[in-house]
Formats: sequence, C-alpha cells, structure tokens
Amino acid sequence: MNQIIGYLITGVGVAFLFLGALGVFRLPDVYNRLQAGTKCTTLGAFLSIIGVGIIEPAWFFKCLVIAVFILFTNPISAHALARASYKSGVKLWDKSVVDKCKEFEECTKVDPVREPFSNGVEGKK
Amino acid sequence: MILIIFFGIITVAVVLALIRALKGPTSPDRVVGVDIMVTITTAFMVLLALFFKRRIYLDVSLIYAVLSFIGVIAIARYLDRGL
Amino acid sequence: MIFQLILIFIMIILAVAAVIFKDLINAVVACAAVSLITSILFYFLQAPDVAMAEAAIGAGLTTAIFIIAIRKTERHEKEK
Repeated sequence: MNQIIGYLITGVGVAFLFLGALGVFRLPDVYNRLQAGTKCTTLGAFLSIIGVGIIEPAWFFKCLVIAVFILFTNPISAHALARASYKSGVKLWDKSVVDKCKEFEECTKVDPVREPFSNGVEGKK
Repeated sequence: MILIIFFGIITVAVVLALIRALKGPTSPDRVVGVDIMVTITTAFMVLLALFFKRRIYLDVSLIYAVLSFIGVIAIARYLDRGL
Repeated sequence: MIFQLILIFIMIILAVAAVIFKDLINAVVACAAVSLITSILFYFLQAPDVAMAEAAIGAGLTTAIFIIAIRKTERHEKEK
C-alpha cells in the first residue's frame, strides 16, 4: 500500500517536472519562462522527493529535509533573477499588458551606494 | 520498471531545458535554463538513490538543494550593477 | 547505460558552448552546467563522495569566484 501511494505521488511530481521544462522551452519571454519553470519545478521536485520518502519509510526524514530546503531556496533565486533581469533592461513580450514594476520609481532606480564599484558593466555611464 | 520510465521522462525534460539554455537570446534566459536543470537534477538524484537502494546517495542531493542558489544569486547581483 | 551516453553528449555540447560564447557571463553559466553533469556522472560511477565535493565546489564556489573576476575586468570578449 505504501508502495502504490509513493509511486503515484512520485509520478505526479515527475509529470510536473516535465511540464515545467516544457514551459521553459515554449514560452516567449524571460518572465513567462521564469514563472512557469520555477512554480512547476518546485512543486514537482517537492512531490518527487516526498514520494521517495513514502516508498522507503526509513528515509523519510532526510527526504523531508531536502524537500524543505528546495522549497525555501528555489523562490529566492527566482525572485532575485527576475528583479535583476528587469533592472538590466530586458524587454517584456509585446503582448503582455501589465507592467506593475514601471509604476514604482525604486524598481528601476540605480543604487547610488553600489554605483562607483561597478566597473566594466555594460551600459554604465 | 516504472523507475526506468521516470528516468526517461526526466531525461527528456533535461534536454528541453538544455535547448533553452543553449539558444536563449539574452543572458537571463540561459541562467533560467540552467537553474531549471539543477532543480530537475536534484529530483533525479533522489530517484537514483531509490534505484540503487543506497541511503548515502541522498547527501549529494542535499548539497545541491542547499548550495545551488548561491551561483544564481551571484549572477543576479552582478546583473543589476554591482556585487 | 543509455542515460550515461546521453549525459556525456550533453556535457560535450555544453563544454563546446562554453568555449564558443563571446559573453563571459554565458560562459560561466555553461561551466556551471558542465559541473552539474560531471557530478551526475560521478554519481553513476558509484562514487558519492567525489560527487559531493564536485557539487559543493561547482555549484557555489566556482560561479561566485568567476563572477567576481569578471566584475574586476570586462564582460565581453574582444576580437583582436
């Protein structure tokens, strides 16, 4: 019974991993790719690892630690990457309609403290 | 037997992310592709530990889960001017 | 066995791409991916300790040091 439930959960997780990779391959923009890839892949990795922990009950605690670390660190990197790619001037897709980040000044503003240290960056004045 | 099918699906997913990482127009596209590859590979390593029936193999996956965001954070801090 | 062959082909493609790219950030990203595939190959060869060392060095340390070095110099490679 444990085996069947575990393999079912792992199969759902692997399907989500495949859908995340397919979204990264097909979608037209950096931000669309980022949201598809990060959400699907985080859920898929979480379900896969928890499923392995259910199949082998002696491994459950270790698998839980790995899954919780993935659940913490993956959105942090995605958020930092999206913000950096907006600040470095990557354009949105032509058909995307909402740009909330343009309404706020601080999102496109250059940090004056860090400005003198950045040498060799493209587009520096 | 069912694990072999899972490995095949995951390999196809890695190849799709690899194609995006190779032909992405801008630099954040490639970073996104490699980041997705790292996360898929973490799940792949856990399934391989189930396939080989050895518990010590989970540690590699643990290290990837803990440390894989440092490289992305470094590249992101570089891309918005400064480090 | 077939998975190892596929992974070796992926690794060769990424290594060639790391040499070809003119933007050095992309080359660093390709180096990180090569390190990832190397770690999986060590994993398949039943050497988890070497795979652990490769993961810890390749995932965090090499990328950060390369980025710091690029920040001190230039981002784009020039044709002479």
